[in-house]
Amino acid sequence: MRKRKPQPAPARRSQREGASIARTGINGLLGRYFTHHLQTLISTLGQLLRSPFSLFMTTAVIGIALALPTGLHVVLTKAQYLSGELEGTAQISLFLKNAVNEQQAQGLAQKLRQMPEISQVRFISRQQALAEFKQNSGFAEAMQALDDNPLPHLLVVQPVLAQGNSERIQTLVQQLGQHIEVDVAQLDMDWIERLYSILDFLQRGAWLLAMILAMAVLLIVGNTIRLAIENRRDEIIIIKLIGGTNGFIRRPFLYTGFWYGLFGALIAFVIISTTLLLLSAPLEQLSLLYNKSLVLTVLDLETTFYLLLVGVLLGLVGSWLAVGRHLKDIEPV
Amino acid sequence: MIQFTQASKRYPSGQDALRNVSFHIKPGELAFVTGHSGAGKSTLLKLIALLERPSRGQVLVNGQNLSRVKRRQIPFFRRNLGIIFQDHRLLFDRTVYDNVALPLIISGHSHNEIGRRVRAALDKVGLLKKEKKLPITLSGGEQQRVGIARAVVHKPPLLLADEPTGNLDPELSQEIMQLFREFAQVGVTVLIASHDLALIQRMSCRQLILHNGQLDQDVMPR
Repeated sequence: MRKRKPQPAPARRSQREGASIARTGINGLLGRYFTHHLQTLISTLGQLLRSPFSLFMTTAVIGIALALPTGLHVVLTKAQYLSGELEGTAQISLFLKNAVNEQQAQGLAQKLRQMPEISQVRFISRQQALAEFKQNSGFAEAMQALDDNPLPHLLVVQPVLAQGNSERIQTLVQQLGQHIEVDVAQLDMDWIERLYSILDFLQRGAWLLAMILAMAVLLIVGNTIRLAIENRRDEIIIIKLIGGTNGFIRRPFLYTGFWYGLFGALIAFVIISTTLLLLSAPLEQLSLLYNKSLVLTVLDLETTFYLLLVGVLLGLVGSWLAVGRHLKDIEPV
Repeated sequence: MIQFTQASKRYPSGQDALRNVSFHIKPGELAFVTGHSGAGKSTLLKLIALLERPSRGQVLVNGQNLSRVKRRQIPFFRRNLGIIFQDHRLLFDRTVYDNVALPLIISGHSHNEIGRRVRAALDKVGLLKKEKKLPITLSGGEQQRVGIARAVVHKPPLLLADEPTGNLDPELSQEIMQLFREFAQVGVTVLIASHDLALIQRMSCRQLILHNGQLDQDVMPR
């Protein structure tokens, strides 16, 4: 905000006039300047609170517009965290060639255990696999009809990896596939990959949504401020006639925008917190299934801070645009 | 204090509101601008208050050439003026006190200073007891006096009044004029646009008589 110009001049004068009014020096003027800002801040709040219904209507719309992308962001962040945890359960299945015998397979398993990227190798012989398959699949009788065991020896490899390293897992899979004994190396992580791309898609969607809704908030605030300017047209003309600067006229409208943004963000906070609270029971059940703590009932501090910041900024920018656009049209004649 | 040199104003509609007007008003002078409606009285005041700019010629106010005052400086220029309007132009959602305080708030005076000066101005126009009232509860004459208090509260060297007695009965008009005379006596330059000829006659002040945008007569007081 531009400072009003005439301030240095009276300051100089008061210094010249001597010690009796020395306290109205530059400090006094600065203090007065901030006092004026504070007064405007408070008085615009008072003005808004005098018509609480229309204040609520406007801020509720802003709140909903802010809550949608923020809520989506919270859920996606949680989902990403969760999928990171799930990545730890990734396994690589190495189906060995039919010609490979049990001893060779054990040898390979031993060799693989030496690799630093691998934490665990489990050998499942074709006999074991068949038994397991018979037991689990219900195809036992059909399997009996077969002369041969169609299943290969299998090595189940557990990679050592921190979360978020799907690329390194992919290279490891390729590397393992190149061993001469290996027929097919398969990553049992396709569904996580799919989850990732869905999350990525949703994340982008959330950003787009956030941008569109931010525009909506700008328009809402802008339009509300435009109406406020229109309502106070006479006042603006009078202030211009008696020497009010554009900054002076702009100030109350900017603070009004500030309050709209702040209240909108607070309403968004309430909406998200309520929703999370309502979702906490089913989420708790889900977390029991995964042995993970998923409980989130309140918005975390960082997100709350950014929510308020974005709300306030949108309010200020929206009113700034409206004021810049419409104050020019109002000139005393 | 005010010097017009061959000032003309043609509005975009093609209407010539003022044509080659030249005059000089000294500090502390009380002068009337008269003439039939549409003669250019309002335009003349608007040029002084920088609500309009002349199409040709020069206007000097308080030693300042107005053509050199940039758009951004206009608010600071206007703080040297006190303007009184026929329709008062008060803020009806604020008290008398707040209305009168407005010019001081705009120029960033301290709280104490504002209180002192506002009460002095209200005292001057005889409305000290009504400071907490809303303007709508006051009579026309009282509203006009609030307007005058607001125009003088920041002690401007120049006071402009556009038909200040337009809606008032003769007695009230006389009172208002008396106020203006008192301001002139303490050194304020006062320029009043009016067509209330009877009143002007009684005042026996300088008269700038406009006719179709031209300065027809410049009558000095006897």
